[in-house]
Amino acid sequence: MTTQHATVARDDHYNFAYLDESTKRMLRRALLKAVAIPGYQVPFGSREMPLPYGWGTGGIQVTASIIGSDDVLKVIDQGSDDTTNAINIRRFFGRVTGVATTESTPAATIVQTRHRIPETPLAEGQIMVFQVPIPEPLRWLEPSETETRTMHALAEYGGMHVKLYEDIAQHGHIATTYDYPVIVNGRYMMRPSPIPKFDNPKLDCSPALMLFGAGREKRVYAVPPYTEVKSLDFEDHPFRVETWSECCDLCGSRESYLDEIILDDAGTRRFVCSDTEYCNARQLGQGVNPSTDEATA
Amino acid sequence: MYVAVKGGERAILNSYRMLDDYRRGDREVPELSLDQIREQMPLAVSRVMAEGSLYDPQLAALAIKQAAGDVIEAVFLLRAYRTTLSRFGYTQPVDTGRMRLQRRISSTFKDVPGGQILGPTYDYTQRLLDFSLEAQREADALPAGDEALDSAMPRVTDLLAHDDLIDAEPVPEGDPEPFDLTRQPLDFPASRAARLQNLARADEGFLLSMGYSTQRGYGNTHPFAAEIRYGSLEVDMHIEELGFAVTVGEIEVTECQMVSQFAGSAAEGPKFTRGYGLTFGYGERKSMSMALVDRALKARDLGERADSPANDHEFVLYHSDNVEASGFVQHLKLPHYVDFQANLELLRRMRAERAAPEAARNDLMDEAVSS
Repeated sequence: MTTQHATVARDDHYNFAYLDESTKRMLRRALLKAVAIPGYQVPFGSREMPLPYGWGTGGIQVTASIIGSDDVLKVIDQGSDDTTNAINIRRFFGRVTGVATTESTPAATIVQTRHRIPETPLAEGQIMVFQVPIPEPLRWLEPSETETRTMHALAEYGGMHVKLYEDIAQHGHIATTYDYPVIVNGRYMMRPSPIPKFDNPKLDCSPALMLFGAGREKRVYAVPPYTEVKSLDFEDHPFRVETWSECCDLCGSRESYLDEIILDDAGTRRFVCSDTEYCNARQLGQGVNPSTDEATA
Repeated sequence: MYVAVKGGERAILNSYRMLDDYRRGDREVPELSLDQIREQMPLAVSRVMAEGSLYDPQLAALAIKQAAGDVIEAVFLLRAYRTTLSRFGYTQPVDTGRMRLQRRISSTFKDVPGGQILGPTYDYTQRLLDFSLEAQREADALPAGDEALDSAMPRVTDLLAHDDLIDAEPVPEGDPEPFDLTRQPLDFPASRAARLQNLARADEGFLLSMGYSTQRGYGNTHPFAAEIRYGSLEVDMHIEELGFAVTVGEIEVTECQMVSQFAGSAAEGPKFTRGYGLTFGYGERKSMSMALVDRALKARDLGERADSPANDHEFVLYHSDNVEASGFVQHLKLPHYVDFQANLELLRRMRAERAAPEAARNDLMDEAVSS
């Protein structure tokens, strides 16, 4: 299976990667600040993109500001390269940059994602770009931006612990299952974007650079390589991730995040990997099992 | 079953073709031309230019055609195009007192210098469907008026300013370059310039409702429409190489100035305060709504109670933009099955625990923690 696609001709009606050079410079400055202060939300002059707000405009702007002609781009949504929005974003970058695109995680230099981190471990030199709908972890506790910025400045995060505690008191569990809050580098509280908490451990001390873009909310933030990312928890209620009693119906994986597919009216279900590329590779016997295959990372 | 999610690219291309077909409608009916939209739907064109923040009637007509008449989609198209345009510089401030007027009314004075000019308005039409429009008909050209409009049409608020009865709103010291909402992120407290820019491109429906709420008791400001004027203005730009300003074009705008009573403070006596609205094209409802909301956003600075939704800067300014709102509301169409699965897993676990007796619950918890 060849997953790398040939370079398509660039549409030269637009500047390389759509944005003009001064906008890219502005964005890269914001990103440098974000990398320098891990987890801190840096305001930036978000531009109106030809895709709708809430559909990845932040991630698209981040990717546009860092992509070069020799980059190889992978775009996923829900872990899949084939979902319509992922295809649309990949088509957009193909048109405005002409760079090679791929479905292979190890082959990509930039992976733009919505809602997942690939199962295949990332390597040094790779960049993950996350599409972020709401960047502010404290937003459901406090609607005012002025207030939440002050709370971050003072590291006043007690309210979040109280909320998690109340979940446990009421339900016996922390009811947050995705976009689960983390503390980055022992300082800033951060929303990891709506990835399932299953993916949170992949952020911790990752060799790859993690960039987060929120276009509508006009914020970028970052987790530099090898940075501690700790999911909030309590001593007696340690953080834990989703588990399934089933394995993937297609590749047999017991380590990956599974999607549930309903087959008929009687509620018959099967479970398959959410990460389609990981699943395909396993089916083809290329063996990118994360537990055994560190060497290819 | 699973392979059904494949083939997305072809599906997307097919949806483009179906959209083209839907937009075109019955091929027996002649296709709309941009000239027809521009000339015969000028209020739609005005709204798209105002909320799209780009004055170009031809491109606005194209956007309306491409969007099959969906005004918010047309605004989005125009905005996305606008981002790609180079910025050559800033034009000189326009003086709306020198507007070539089509319409000008004041509700605060029986008569004002220059008079009340009704101009083209739906205000006094009886809203009866005009079945004579069903058939195509030739409209006669409008004959010239008997007398020319007064050349001096001072703004009503300027007349109030002579008597020092209204807040002066002078140009800030040193006339600094204004905040640019399309290049800088909004921060709080937001300057008046930032607020006005936000309101000028805000959704008409949103501003209408927020303005309406102030009239119904959520932050009453007792407004009067001091003046509403609609007409055209020359736009001048200072050209560095020439050393003087040249006219680069003419635009139509609608301006509304509302005045509200202000009780005064320890520092100054009672006077009127201003709410300001300006839109591209002919947009009276929008500019009036904008003026109401502008005034409501001043409440805190004036030391008034500011506890209504329309007084809340973050609430108004963060939720006024229809391109942002439309995108985010409709992003719920995107797949969310990964997050949904995470919720489903938790829900099943909690229901299982609820059904299980206490001992089994403890087992389940232990198993969960160790996994």
